[in-house]
Amino acid sequence: MRPILMKGHERPLTFLRYNRDGDLLFSCAKDHTPTVWYADNGDRLGTYRGHNGAVWTCDVSRDSARLITGSADQTAKLWEVSTGKELFSFRFDAPARSVEFAIGDALAVVTTDNFMDHVPTVQVKHIAEDIDDQTEDSALVITGIKGRINRAVWGPLNRTIITAGEDATIRIWDSETGKLLKESDKESGHQKTITSLSKSLDWSHFVTGSLDKSAKLWDTRTLTLIKTYVTERPVNAVDISPTHDTVVLGGGQDAMNVTMTDRRAGKFEAKFYHKILQEEIGGVKGHFGPINALAFNPDGRSFSSGGEDGYVRLHHFDSEYFSIKM
Amino acid sequence: MAAVVATQQQQRKYQWGELADDDGASDLGLVLLLPPRVVVGPDAGGLRTVIEYRFDDEGNKVKVVTTTRTCSLLARARLSRSAVERRSWAKFGDAVKGDDAGSRLTMVSTEEVLLERPRARGKRAEEPCTSDDPLDMASTRSGILMVCRTCGKKGDHWTSKCPYKDLSPQTQGPVDVPSTADGLAAPLGTGVRAYVPPNKKEGTDTSGASMMKRRNDENSIRVNNLSEDTSEFDLFELFSKFGPVNRAFVAKDRRTGSSRGFGFVNFVHREDGERAISKLNGYGYDNLILRVEWSEKKN
Repeated sequence: MRPILMKGHERPLTFLRYNRDGDLLFSCAKDHTPTVWYADNGDRLGTYRGHNGAVWTCDVSRDSARLITGSADQTAKLWEVSTGKELFSFRFDAPARSVEFAIGDALAVVTTDNFMDHVPTVQVKHIAEDIDDQTEDSALVITGIKGRINRAVWGPLNRTIITAGEDATIRIWDSETGKLLKESDKESGHQKTITSLSKSLDWSHFVTGSLDKSAKLWDTRTLTLIKTYVTERPVNAVDISPTHDTVVLGGGQDAMNVTMTDRRAGKFEAKFYHKILQEEIGGVKGHFGPINALAFNPDGRSFSSGGEDGYVRLHHFDSEYFSIKM
Repeated sequence: MAAVVATQQQQRKYQWGELADDDGASDLGLVLLLPPRVVVGPDAGGLRTVIEYRFDDEGNKVKVVTTTRTCSLLARARLSRSAVERRSWAKFGDAVKGDDAGSRLTMVSTEEVLLERPRARGKRAEEPCTSDDPLDMASTRSGILMVCRTCGKKGDHWTSKCPYKDLSPQTQGPVDVPSTADGLAAPLGTGVRAYVPPNKKEGTDTSGASMMKRRNDENSIRVNNLSEDTSEFDLFELFSKFGPVNRAFVAKDRRTGSSRGFGFVNFVHREDGERAISKLNGYGYDNLILRVEWSEKKN
C-alpha cells in the first residue's frame, strides 16, 4: 500500500478520530488547531481555529454535525463540523484531557488533569440540542482518582463511564450517581500509565495500551481481562478493527530519548496483532517518531496513524491484508 | 492503466468538393461529417471503451478505439447520502487559503509500505524440524538448536521473536540463506540458490589468496616504449634474468591484436624488480630505448 501523508500539523499529533460514516478524519495535535480531512484521499477540508493550547482529544457526534475538543488551554469546545465555527466553550480549572459524546449526543464526558492544586476530575456535561440553551454546568463530577486520567469513555447504554490513566487502573463508574462500580485487578492489570483506550464496534470489549509495553483486552461489563498483547515498546495508541479480528498498537520510545538511538530501534511501527490468538500479524513502518494516535476507519479498509513527527499517515489496506490466515 | 489504441482506416478519400474553401469552415464541416463519440462501460471488470472518429493529416477518416481499465477506489466505497453531501462542503479555516497549499499538505507516499509479516506466510523457517516425531521436536526446541540468527543468542528465543530483530539488516522478503557452516549452499528442496561470488565461495582461502595477489601487484613493473614485435615471451626472457617473474604481459590492441607498446612484468621479489629497473631503464632493445618504472597502483 502507498500511504497518504498529511502534513497539516506543525507539532506532534495527539489524537485521531473518524466520524461514523468513515468519510471524515479528525486530527488533533499540539499545535492548537484540530483539522478535518477527507478520509479517502486525504484532502484537507478545514481547520478549527480558537484553541490556545495543545489539543488532546476530540469526538464527533453521530450525525457528524458537531465536534467536541479538549485542550490544554483549560477548555473544551464545541464546533460546527461543516464550517469550523466555534459554538460553545466549556471552561475548566485544568487542561481537558479526554472528551467523548455519549450515545445520543446529549451528554459528553470530559476529564480534567491534576493541575496546580486541582485534583483530576471526570465531568459529565449536558449538550443542548439548541446551542443557545447550552450551559457550562456539569451534570456529574467524579473525583477520587489519583494521577492523570488519560481516557474516559462511555459504557454500554450510557450507564457507566470507564476511566483509565496514570495510576494504571481501569475503573468503571456509574454515570448517574458517580459511584465506583469496578476496578481492574492490580496483579493482572497494567503496571504503568495507561495511555489509550479504544472500544470495539459493539462496545462489548475494549483495549487499553500502556507504557508497560503491553496492550490488554477487557470485557466492558465485568472488567475481566481477556487478552494481553505483549510488545517491545511503550504503547501510546491502540485501536480495534471493526471488521477483522485485529488489534493495532502504536508507540515507540519516549520522544525525549528518540534522537539517541537508531531510528529502527525506536520501533515506530504500527503493529498488528491477532485479537484472539494474541500473535503478531505484522507491522507497518513509516513514522520517524513515536506513534501517538491510531484509528481504524469504520469500514475496516483503512487506518490512519499520527506520530510525534507531525505527520498523519493514511493507509488503505492491500487486498493481502484481508486474506491473512493465522 | 492499459490503453489499447486500434486505428482503422477507412479507404474513401474526401473529394475536394466536399471540403469547403475556407479552412476554419472545413474543419467544422468535417467534424460534422464524423459519427459521434461513443463511450461504453465501464463494465464489471472496470473496462471502459471509447470509440472516436477523426481525420488524420491526410484527410483519412480514422476510427480510434480506446480501451481503458479503470480502477477507482471510490467505485468500491459505499458512501452514505450524508457523506456524499459532505463531499461538496466548502473548505473552511486554514484550508480556504487556496487549493495549492492544500495539495502540498497531502501527498501520496512514493514508497511502497508493506504490512511486514514477522515471518513469511506458510513457512516456518525458525523450526528446523528434521523428523515428525513430536518428542524429537520437543528436544530440539529445548536444546541449544534454538539459535537466534539475529543476535546469536542460544536457547533463548527464535529468530522471529528476537527483541533486536528490527536492528538487523533488512532482508527483502523470504531469502533462502545458504548455511555457510557446512558448505552446502542451500538445503535440498528450497530450490533457488543465492549467488555467491567466487572469492566468497567455500574452499577459497580468502585471507591467503588475496594477500598474495596484493603483494604481487605491488611488485609490478611497467615497461614503456616496447617495439611492436616484442612478445610476452621476449619480455619474460629479458626480465627473468633478474629473478623469478610470475607474470609478463604485453598490452595489445583489442581489434588489431598488435602491441600497444607497453607491458607489465611482475616479480616475486621486490629487490629483483628494483635491480631490473636500474639496469633496463634506458636500455636499448630492438631499436628503441626502454622506459622501465614501477607501475602505479590501481585505485
